[in-house]
Amino acid sequence: MSETFAMPVEQWSGSVLEVQIGATAEQGGTRGRTVTVGGAATLPFLQYEGNPGARPAIAFEVLDRPRESWAEALEKVYGDVKNDAAAWAQKCEQEFGADLICLRLEGANPDELDRSPTECTAIAKQVAAAVTVPLIIWGCGNAEKDNNIWPELSPALAGERVVLASATEDNYRTIAACCLADKHICLTEAPLDINIQKQVNILVSEMGVKPQDMIQYQTTGALGYGIEYAYSIYERSRLAALDGDAMLRFPMLSVVGAEAWKTKEATAGPEEVPEWGDLERRGILWEAATATTLLPGGTDILVMWHPTAAQMVRAVLDELTGA
Amino acid sequence: MIVIGERINGMFVDVRGAIQSQDPEPIRDLARRQQAAGADYLDVNVGPAADDPVVAMQWLVATIREVSDLPLAIDTTRQAVMRAGLEAAGGKAMINSTTGEKKKLDVLMPMAAEFGVPIIALTISEQGVPRDANGRAEVALNILAAALEHGVMPDSILIDAVILPVSAQQENPGHVLETIRQTKMLSDPAPKTVIGLSNVSQNALYRELINRTCLTMALGAGLDAAIVDCLDDELMDAMITAELLLNHQVYSADYLKAYRASHG
Repeated sequence: MSETFAMPVEQWSGSVLEVQIGATAEQGGTRGRTVTVGGAATLPFLQYEGNPGARPAIAFEVLDRPRESWAEALEKVYGDVKNDAAAWAQKCEQEFGADLICLRLEGANPDELDRSPTECTAIAKQVAAAVTVPLIIWGCGNAEKDNNIWPELSPALAGERVVLASATEDNYRTIAACCLADKHICLTEAPLDINIQKQVNILVSEMGVKPQDMIQYQTTGALGYGIEYAYSIYERSRLAALDGDAMLRFPMLSVVGAEAWKTKEATAGPEEVPEWGDLERRGILWEAATATTLLPGGTDILVMWHPTAAQMVRAVLDELTGA
Repeated sequence: MIVIGERINGMFVDVRGAIQSQDPEPIRDLARRQQAAGADYLDVNVGPAADDPVVAMQWLVATIREVSDLPLAIDTTRQAVMRAGLEAAGGKAMINSTTGEKKKLDVLMPMAAEFGVPIIALTISEQGVPRDANGRAEVALNILAAALEHGVMPDSILIDAVILPVSAQQENPGHVLETIRQTKMLSDPAPKTVIGLSNVSQNALYRELINRTCLTMALGAGLDAAIVDCLDDELMDAMITAELLLNHQVYSADYLKAYRASHG
């Protein structure tokens, strides 16, 4: 009797939904191209088991005003464009090959510049006009303020299939209604809690947002700051999707750059910790390591800051996907 | 849990009437409602009254297929009816059922292999239903041996430990629960386990309460599948809650709604 060994292949009953971000002119938007994320029918990078889904996309984060203090490495890259979100976005697309632009309207926060919804809308439109790639637009995080911004900003970009961020358990109605009305995608957010993630997904679904118009987001921790917890939540979420849980089968987004560049390891200079080596290289490595740690957890979109870190992640992706 | 909806069975008056008058609407309605209620399989049994059970089975399967793509549990003791049902179902089916009797295993295991479908196997031997769990586990082992002989994988077998009415055999449910536990240890991969739930409450006053209590206890013992009245909302709620407590489903405040969104 002779038998050949066959690699065991896991069979899954479910899969991650495919979500198309952005819309071209024929589809009712103005984007030069669209990005489709998700679709995986097995765990990440196990191509031999089944459809691995779309290659994770890299979004570059753009702020609507410069940070008061940030790492010298970031100043070197973005110093010339930090006062102009549209130019900043354009640089990310043209020089760094961004798949997506992630605009964060920090300046709208009442504790910051308290920008009006009209000003925020104007900035969003300038950014949209400056790039051809699809957009993710994040509010300022102040629920009351964000609920005033969305009803003005969302119709101004109607049909563009922008990812509007974010819907939370306590504040989801306005953003979900805007996504419905203006054909955008709703990002559902949870504080590293799979139960709350599922609950927010149910709430947004009940508002009538279609499954193919939803992406989910667990607040991300950087390397050394709870990343193992983020990883295990990502993995559990992906396993639930593969087991057919309809309320957890959405593609996942993670915020990498903003988290990595606020760690001590990315900001403490040689005068403080001489044994840690070159600061610029350290910050870049911290961001790249945070991103590559989250990839096998199943993340579909990485929101990044430094172009060299993004380049490192692309190289890892090439290797893992056999590209 | 794999939910096998029991309602399309000629033992029920409405189904018997539909078969006799060739009226498809009650069958379509039962298929649609069971699917919406969360059935993973629809049981199909022509019952005792059909003039030509092969024709009746073909008609039932074709009628269900007009409204549902769910896999079907072809429920008959007759070989010709089983084959007709499996053929009509187009591969999306399971065999319900064989017993541990050799003359049945010799026919039905090859059929399971031929159609590539799961098969329910009752722990009944030539000597009848064993009295306790050890006797049932022994029959289950014989079933597994026959399955392997015919190239059917253990996880395509659903061992049914034969639940009897508690009103008549009060010690029986305990033996069934113990059999479910033991069955999970018979092989790796383990066979699945199933019960025909409604039988436990035959001739009892509080039928639905007995059914749902028994189901949650069986799930706690490791049950994988059950033939149930999935149109009983409280039964399904109890099942979903048990699945939640067993960590088979991710918790959310509206976990009942979330489960139903995923099934049906």
